[in-house]
Amino acid sequence: MATSVLSLCGLSKSFAGHRVVDDFSLEIGQAEFVTLLGPSGCGKTTLLRLIAGFEHPDSGRILLDGVDLLPLPPEKRQVNTVFQSYALFPHLRVFDNVAFGLRLRRMRGEELRRQVAEALALVQMSPFADRFPGQLSGGQQQRVAVARAIINRPRVLLLDEPLSALDARLRREMQVELKRLQRELGIAFVLVTHDQEEALSMSDRLVVMAEGRIAQLGTPREVYEEPNSLAVARFIGEINLFPGRVAERLADGRLLLALGDQEMTVAGKSGLAPGQAVQLLLRPEDLRLVERHEEGMPVFHGAIVERSYRGSTLDTIILLDEGRQLRACEFFDEDDPDFDYRVGERVRVSWVRGWEVVLADEE
Amino acid sequence: MKGVCRLGFFLGIFAYLYLPIVILVANSFNANRYGLQWDGFTLQWFLAMAGNASLMEAARHSLFVAVCAATAATLIGALAAIGFSRYRFPGRRLFQGTLMTLMMAPDIILAISLLVLFVVVGISLGFWSLLLAHITFCLPFTVVTVSARLQDFDPFLLDAARDLGASELQILGRIVLPLLRPALLASWLLCFTLSLDDVIVSSFVTGPSYDVLPLKIFSMVKVGVKPEVNALATIMVGLSLVLVLLSQLLLKEREGYGPLR
Repeated sequence: MATSVLSLCGLSKSFAGHRVVDDFSLEIGQAEFVTLLGPSGCGKTTLLRLIAGFEHPDSGRILLDGVDLLPLPPEKRQVNTVFQSYALFPHLRVFDNVAFGLRLRRMRGEELRRQVAEALALVQMSPFADRFPGQLSGGQQQRVAVARAIINRPRVLLLDEPLSALDARLRREMQVELKRLQRELGIAFVLVTHDQEEALSMSDRLVVMAEGRIAQLGTPREVYEEPNSLAVARFIGEINLFPGRVAERLADGRLLLALGDQEMTVAGKSGLAPGQAVQLLLRPEDLRLVERHEEGMPVFHGAIVERSYRGSTLDTIILLDEGRQLRACEFFDEDDPDFDYRVGERVRVSWVRGWEVVLADEE
Repeated sequence: MKGVCRLGFFLGIFAYLYLPIVILVANSFNANRYGLQWDGFTLQWFLAMAGNASLMEAARHSLFVAVCAATAATLIGALAAIGFSRYRFPGRRLFQGTLMTLMMAPDIILAISLLVLFVVVGISLGFWSLLLAHITFCLPFTVVTVSARLQDFDPFLLDAARDLGASELQILGRIVLPLLRPALLASWLLCFTLSLDDVIVSSFVTGPSYDVLPLKIFSMVKVGVKPEVNALATIMVGLSLVLVLLSQLLLKEREGYGPLR
């Protein structure tokens, strides 16, 4: 990240004695797409409202281009918001909705028309300039809301769950659109969502929030592949857990783990000491249903209880003999496209060495 | 058969609702003074009405008070409703509660209280006392009408306007008032009617110097319904019909943009 455009330093905010945002700090870079991801009530929307100026923090600072934002009311801040409900003005036509911000800055005539037309073209809504919001579909309203928010050329665009009201297909379409828009405008986007797939596919950096704090900060790949806690792992994607214990630290720094009556060695990791309970985390796509397993790797025996065909993948649920259920997801083998499992078929489950993530069992 | 039944039911209800008005209107054109039978078409009662100076004066007074009261009550009520919905201040619930009480309280109680107040404060009974009283009993209705509309607003509309750079005053002028227009119109018409046909409160708080129509009519019909009253009533029915149609038309045009959310 080259230069940061927005700095949040130690922000805290309580409502009725309940800490919604707790000592939150984050630097957001120029033209960066940052997503705040978390379950509802984790403080992500409050954080957005603090940046926009609709709420005032109890402590902490917000800097935009190095200038303190806190003394400024929302109407004076160079950030704009796309609201979850779109909040289009129902009595104004699409053109006038988009022109609203410019007219407040006393722009009139040809220049106004040109800029509004430009913004509408950017979101592909030019043919609808004369409609009222009530005459548009959800996706179209969404586009108008975005055009209205970017017309003031904000330094940062805040998006509060902008896609949550759209159906799945439209949502994917708008995800691509928003990414394109962000590249073309070259401004920072801060997106709030509770949809992990959206967060993974759109962001440059991802902030997983829990109870008003940052649970993990990183690129989507880092957060998905190397979650730093069970809570983060559980929130992003599907997981399988294998409980175990650190048996000893080997001379080369690696760790010997005991998984039930099996053993395996994993790369050393700070914060893990012999005797500590751990969980081995494996994504469904990391599991292998194997004939023969790799030397030194644990193997688990079980039976298929459910299989479902998903087009490009085959998903299975396996009941292990020790009583736990696993989810596995395999891509079709091109050499054997008709491959399938029978329910009840006995299988052996293992994985490729190094694909496991070892996490301290904090629960 | 079913259709005939349905038509009969429909006509029955309409007859029940509108027969009295039809008879009144017919009688205003009836040459027979007592309206007991049809003696032919005449406009003489309208001429008699126009020639009845005290009746015409009462009508002018009534219209003037109704326009003033409706305008003032709508203005104050709209501001109050916006205040109640937008700001949190001590005593807010108390104010709202007392407004509702005012609406529920029997007119006669309100009338006596106002009379006592005017006497104590020393406002002489006449135009001003009447206007103040009418504004008072109209207020809760305007607050309720405007509040109902405000509750339909997406609260984020106002945030969105601020976000785009609007000051409080600009939000009021560009977002809130335009969206409230139908409610303001409806509340003005409601107040206008309430004021125009109020008998009880008016009879207490107006003085002999300022006679209003309902009281005048009331005193005239004590000795039998005069045909001039029929003529006046016909004009008022026509006037209210025009007003209702006008408001429907205006509302329709304004509602063209569909639901608020």
